[in-house]
Amino acid sequence: MTITLTMDGQEITIEQGKTLLDVARENGKDIPTICFHDATTANALCRICVVEVEGMRVLQPACIVQAAKDMKVETRSEKVVRARKTILEMLASTMDLSEATDIQAMMKDYGVDEDRFPDAERREVPVKDDNPMYIRDYSKCLLCWRCVQVCADDAQYTYAINFEGRGYETQIGTFFDKSIPETTCVLCGQCVGVCPTGALKPRREFLLEQGLSTQEISVLNTGRKRRKS
Amino acid sequence: MFEIDLTLLIPAIETYIPLGRSGLLPALHAAQKIYGWISEPVAAEISRTLRVPLADIHGVIEFYSLFYNKPIGKRIIRVCTDQACALKDADGVLQHLCAHHGLEPNQTSSDLSLTIEASPCLGLCELAPVALVNDQAETNIDLKKDSYELGRPKSIVGGSIRLLTVNCGNGTASLTQYGNYPALAKALGMKPEEVVNEIKASGLVGRGGAAFPTGTKWEGAAKARADQKYVVSNADESEPGTFKDRILLLDDPHRTIEGMTIAWYAIGADKGYFYVRGEYPYILPVLEQALEEAREANLLGKNILGSGFSFNIEIRVGAGAYICGEETALFESIEGKRGFPRVKPPFPTTHGLFGKPTVINNVETLCNIPLIIAQGAAQYRGIGTEKSPGPKLFCVSGDVPKPGLYEVPFGVTLRELLEMAGGVANGKSLQSVLFGGAAGAFATAEHLDVQMTFEDLRAVGLPLGSGVVMVFDETRDMRDVLKRLGHFFAHESCGKCYPCQIGTQRQMEILDRLAMGKVLEGDLIRLQDVGWTMTDASLCGLGQTAASAVLSAMKLWPQLFEHSDVQTSQR
Repeated sequence: MTITLTMDGQEITIEQGKTLLDVARENGKDIPTICFHDATTANALCRICVVEVEGMRVLQPACIVQAAKDMKVETRSEKVVRARKTILEMLASTMDLSEATDIQAMMKDYGVDEDRFPDAERREVPVKDDNPMYIRDYSKCLLCWRCVQVCADDAQYTYAINFEGRGYETQIGTFFDKSIPETTCVLCGQCVGVCPTGALKPRREFLLEQGLSTQEISVLNTGRKRRKS
Repeated sequence: MFEIDLTLLIPAIETYIPLGRSGLLPALHAAQKIYGWISEPVAAEISRTLRVPLADIHGVIEFYSLFYNKPIGKRIIRVCTDQACALKDADGVLQHLCAHHGLEPNQTSSDLSLTIEASPCLGLCELAPVALVNDQAETNIDLKKDSYELGRPKSIVGGSIRLLTVNCGNGTASLTQYGNYPALAKALGMKPEEVVNEIKASGLVGRGGAAFPTGTKWEGAAKARADQKYVVSNADESEPGTFKDRILLLDDPHRTIEGMTIAWYAIGADKGYFYVRGEYPYILPVLEQALEEAREANLLGKNILGSGFSFNIEIRVGAGAYICGEETALFESIEGKRGFPRVKPPFPTTHGLFGKPTVINNVETLCNIPLIIAQGAAQYRGIGTEKSPGPKLFCVSGDVPKPGLYEVPFGVTLRELLEMAGGVANGKSLQSVLFGGAAGAFATAEHLDVQMTFEDLRAVGLPLGSGVVMVFDETRDMRDVLKRLGHFFAHESCGKCYPCQIGTQRQMEILDRLAMGKVLEGDLIRLQDVGWTMTDASLCGLGQTAASAVLSAMKLWPQLFEHSDVQTSQR
């Protein structure tokens, strides 16, 4: 069955059962997303994809709201832009987004002032380098939840990581802060694969960035020098 | 370092095995009762017993303020430093206690005998200043006289009518005093849909803050097809300034239970849950006793009053998380998870607790149910106004001579209510009223003659919320009030959605600066942008109202914010 709705003044007829994000993307409209990922259950928590739907009291997350008949949607109204811009400015004041290229592009698009919140307490923690496969740099983590999701019911059913703290103090953590090898982690790498900010990174890549040579890394990993070929 | 005897744990948590993950919070409470805190081996044992992943258990312990994964004092004194208590020098009480015991706030003595914490609102606002000492309420703390009252908190009840509070103010009403659920007996003689229609016709709307029509909610759950349905009583009363449910449950527990049984019959539920906030431990024995009385009288259990239907109620205890008053976060908590609110839709009427159709009502809402069924919707509508029928409870606290719980019909003015509470204390004049709770808005003298109904309050931009009326006299520094609001929401944000997770933190930082008179250039606009972004874009009601009172203060007293702008430091 098809339905017709209005998006940014344009009448659009689509098959039923699509989200507003689907509709926008299929019609060449850009709605930014951060936490959304095709492989994980959408939680609508970053709120960067919010749009204005006529008759709704608050903005609606396009990633999960189903398109419905006669809906009138504004994807870039003044209210929407204020919310997106402020969310991005708040993110910039919180964590290190230097490797989050998608978000940097969004910030440009929305004219974000990265120093909008002077004197803001940032989330800064030392890099956790406790296993041979990947490092965890939670100063770059924006809590999109994807790693926790793929580690659990969305993919691997490993349940090695979960949340610590609450509110602004939330962080991804392990049982009583155990090192990764002491957890149920199977080093599958799914979490690294879905991380959008470089907070989770293959250890080899991290070490190369730190200026180590491949040979030094090999020594680090195996404890002996590479055999001469 | 610590001797942990795990053999004590097994018998204490065995009963929760059939509950699986849902038994997690009860098991953690049980473990903490034994050991005082939850150590790694204890958490690991609970993980094995309930088959919950280790990391998930850690996540749950970390979420709830009343669970500890580090050693904690045998005696824990939680001093409320929230709004109503702050007006009665709660900060002084905290300092005095700390100095006396040689501790800092939120510190534990080295011999693990004592921990002193600053706490968000403990729901004892009319008895301020207060503290919770382990499971006991310590109220009316008076440093000058070096006195306080320990034990069952007093119930101060007043107002112009006594329908919901008829049994309140004189200790706990037993089943004999309350009566053998006459409204339930009457409901059982009606068809379930007739009961739903009666509630719809009464015009009752939820009293927890969201004001959703109760009958519509019941109808949704009644019509939903499922193998299981639930009724949940939301007694996670945590809105700063709110204490009505505490009094209703302590003094007249059967009224709420009867309301739940009628809901059970109306929607065809199988099971009921009482979710009581963790800061009300002294209510639990009262509730357990009342449930036992009801079971003995066949008002709960199998084949209730010969109807052929069965219904049981289980008590669940929260563990220090304001967010769990949000209905879907409450479900998550019963299910043994962190109290993250879910996205809606789907709504609880079709996808509630354990994904099943659920009716979740606030305690005060449920207390209205027996009244409606007993006297009929038509007569019930004779109370209050046409658009806001029924009685309403107001929690009056702050600068009034007679703070307490006041029952009035909808339509009474704020002035009339304040007069009942003795006006502004010490002959001072009114500066403002925090109306509806931390998630509410500020009223001033110009609102005194507004009729307190949903429609009249809406017209002037005041949310009724959970019925909080907190009075501030002319001498109070509203910037201190705003600062405490900021700290409350930053402490209580669950951290799920970005606007609230970061917004409550940034709001707190700006309000801290405001209170210190060290506002930065642009803070006013910054505060506004953060506030509106939280309001417009947050996932749940907490975030959507976390800036409500602050935004109302900015409108009412722009000079408060400007004044500090004079001292703007340059950056």
